[in-house]
Amino acid sequence: MLKCRTVCKKIAPLARASSTLCRQNVRRTGMKHGRILPHVPAVNMATGPAGASRQNQFYVLLVGATCLGGTIYTYQTVTGAQKRYDERFAVLHQATSEEIAPSTQTESPAAEAIGTAEAVSQSEPQAAPAAEEPSPLSTGAEAAPSETTEPLPVAGPDSALASLKLPSHAPYLLIGGGTASFAAARSIRARDPGARVLIVTDEPDLPYMRPPLSKELWFADDPAVTDTLRFKQWNGKERSIYFQPPSFYISPEELSSAENGGVAVFTGRKVVHMDVRGNKVQLDDNTEISYDKCLIATGGVPRNLQVLERAGEEVLNKTTLFRKIEDFRSLDKVSRNIKSIAVIGGGFLGSELSCALGRRSQDSGLEVIQMFPEKGNMGKVLPEYLSNWTTDKVKKEGVKVISEALVKSVTCKDDQLEIQLKDGRLVKTDHIVAAVGLEPNVDLAKSAGLEVDSDFGGFRVNAELQARSNIWVAGDAACFYDIRLGRRRVEHHDHAVVSGRLAGENMTGANKPYWHQSMFWSDLGPDVGYEAIGIVDSSLPTVGVFAKATAKDTPKAATEQSGTGIRSESETEEVALSPVASTTPAPAVTHKDDYGKGVIFYLRDKVVVGIILWNVFNRMPIARKIIKDGEEHTDLNEVAKLFNIHED
Amino acid sequence: MSYCKQEGKDRVIFVTKEDHEAPSNAELVADDPNDPYEEHGLILPNGDINWNCPCLGGMASGPCGSQFKEAFSCFHYSTEEVKGSECIDHFRNMQECMQKFPELYPQEDEKESSNQPEASSGSDSVAAPTESSASAQESDSVPDNQDAS
Repeated sequence: MLKCRTVCKKIAPLARASSTLCRQNVRRTGMKHGRILPHVPAVNMATGPAGASRQNQFYVLLVGATCLGGTIYTYQTVTGAQKRYDERFAVLHQATSEEIAPSTQTESPAAEAIGTAEAVSQSEPQAAPAAEEPSPLSTGAEAAPSETTEPLPVAGPDSALASLKLPSHAPYLLIGGGTASFAAARSIRARDPGARVLIVTDEPDLPYMRPPLSKELWFADDPAVTDTLRFKQWNGKERSIYFQPPSFYISPEELSSAENGGVAVFTGRKVVHMDVRGNKVQLDDNTEISYDKCLIATGGVPRNLQVLERAGEEVLNKTTLFRKIEDFRSLDKVSRNIKSIAVIGGGFLGSELSCALGRRSQDSGLEVIQMFPEKGNMGKVLPEYLSNWTTDKVKKEGVKVISEALVKSVTCKDDQLEIQLKDGRLVKTDHIVAAVGLEPNVDLAKSAGLEVDSDFGGFRVNAELQARSNIWVAGDAACFYDIRLGRRRVEHHDHAVVSGRLAGENMTGANKPYWHQSMFWSDLGPDVGYEAIGIVDSSLPTVGVFAKATAKDTPKAATEQSGTGIRSESETEEVALSPVASTTPAPAVTHKDDYGKGVIFYLRDKVVVGIILWNVFNRMPIARKIIKDGEEHTDLNEVAKLFNIHED
Repeated sequence: MSYCKQEGKDRVIFVTKEDHEAPSNAELVADDPNDPYEEHGLILPNGDINWNCPCLGGMASGPCGSQFKEAFSCFHYSTEEVKGSECIDHFRNMQECMQKFPELYPQEDEKESSNQPEASSGSDSVAAPTESSASAQESDSVPDNQDAS
């Protein structure tokens, strides 16, 4: 008790707050013993008179011991943590070095999260900048898909962290890895020497073209086409749907250091937030990338019918929404194993897929049904007489066409789907493909504060495709002002190329408006093909000028002749043929309406705003010129003469 | 003989070859060669090379883009008797670079580097099966046949 008292007195100034109990003890002791009282109020400082030096020493020793103990404890904790950290990395490195062989590259900035969790009192410099520095294993494997959302660490040794850094800044940042984005990348690289372009895409694939997914790939003879994604064009030449092989691109890590810049593609990542004021974006793994110029080319997602969404999981499992490579692969697989398939939608995609599947049905016995609310295929694009004619052709491709069909409900019974139409008809099928339109992806509009168009959907941009300073939008997601034709949003391949290229030019200072009209094309089997430009809306009045088609006027012949595989290319190679007097007798025009080949003009206030070249190819420059002029022509037959429709 | 019919708002005209033999009297607006908005061919109105011309394919934008640009610029502005004779080094650099990427620049590229590009790189690049320039993004680029160099 006495000892306690002395100790208490010595450290009283330091432990005053907690010493109440002690003091009470002291008082009690003091009261018991009587003579200690006078000493209690005296606070003995450690630096008291010389007589207290022994106490001083003891005090110093105590404090010293405490500090030492604390230091030892901290040291042990830290080293223990470091050890655990190292061990874990070693284990992971081992695990992933086995994974390198199948060439999967995964980057996970969240890997470092584990490191940070471990090292509590942080003295680990490498672990600290966690979010910014994932350590990818292979630099050249940008082609390999990288899927990541779980914080599964895939990391190399610590030294790798320091040398291979994901760029935190990209001079040119392109959000979305589709056609428009690739076209912009190419344009930027052509105009800005040494440009560093970073493409961020949530798909696992490098940029590729979509049209063959619903056309050429289905006609390929090679059964491995779902893997190779190579298709043989009509002219016999083969090519891949990818715009460029992986060697064209550099890896994101090399982007900052590459001498001549390059294009890097960051796959499997989604941009979730855009900070326009700070000129930076945030990815779904919390990585931040700042930019100087940004392009939003997010495209869209296929729309679904409400009746299908409400129909339940069983129905949804048997439904395909078609847009990407994986959709093509899964539909190809499914279509080989079922007896009946129904395509809902009568537009471009629906009709092309129906024809492609119909072709296949001739070998496999697959029943292909196509249903849509319009009266005929392409009912919203082609004038009625042509739409009916097209529908007949589609039927000849082996498709059961059900027109004026509105889907009321879909149920799954006995592993089959039953589609109930509003007029009472019932259609039974094994699988459904919904091709009912595209919903433009404007997820970033909110965080970025960008305007969304209420009429057409998509980001609202000006005639130069600019949304705000340093932000451009191109492709399916852009609702832009066309100087000649007014505000519109176009969902075609060539438009993605043209707008992407224009955006790239404007990002490098060109300041050009949308002027070069894009075109589009469609083939419905080998006999029916057309190219179109401008506003092609069946609600507009039209004037069609037709001649009788010969065997030479087919899409197949067009590409064979020009030696190119894809329609929009043929213009760069070929020039429209000048009129040549032919010695063969003129084909007699029959009174049976055979719309073999011709030109259809779409008029708005007597001005031609759209043209379809029906089974007439390689004349697009003339069509473009007519739309560009924007003149009122009194006699469209005279204009049609410019196309030489009777010639090849 | 041609005939015409009306299907609601849509008019359809069937024409014979003879009907279309007479030259058209439709008036087209004359093109302004200095239109700043217009897409240009390989050579811009001021004489510079249009690196963004689709006819070049991916040549100016790929990994060997800078070497290609140097070599071709040198050739374009060369005033030697044998055009481009002083550009051998540039072309050699370009070729070395291209050999590193056989996937992107298949063996036909030797032809491409020495020929007039607007005439043949189009066809050469089409000939190359996996050549970048054959990608579908090469849409119409020369509306007015401005191919002159």
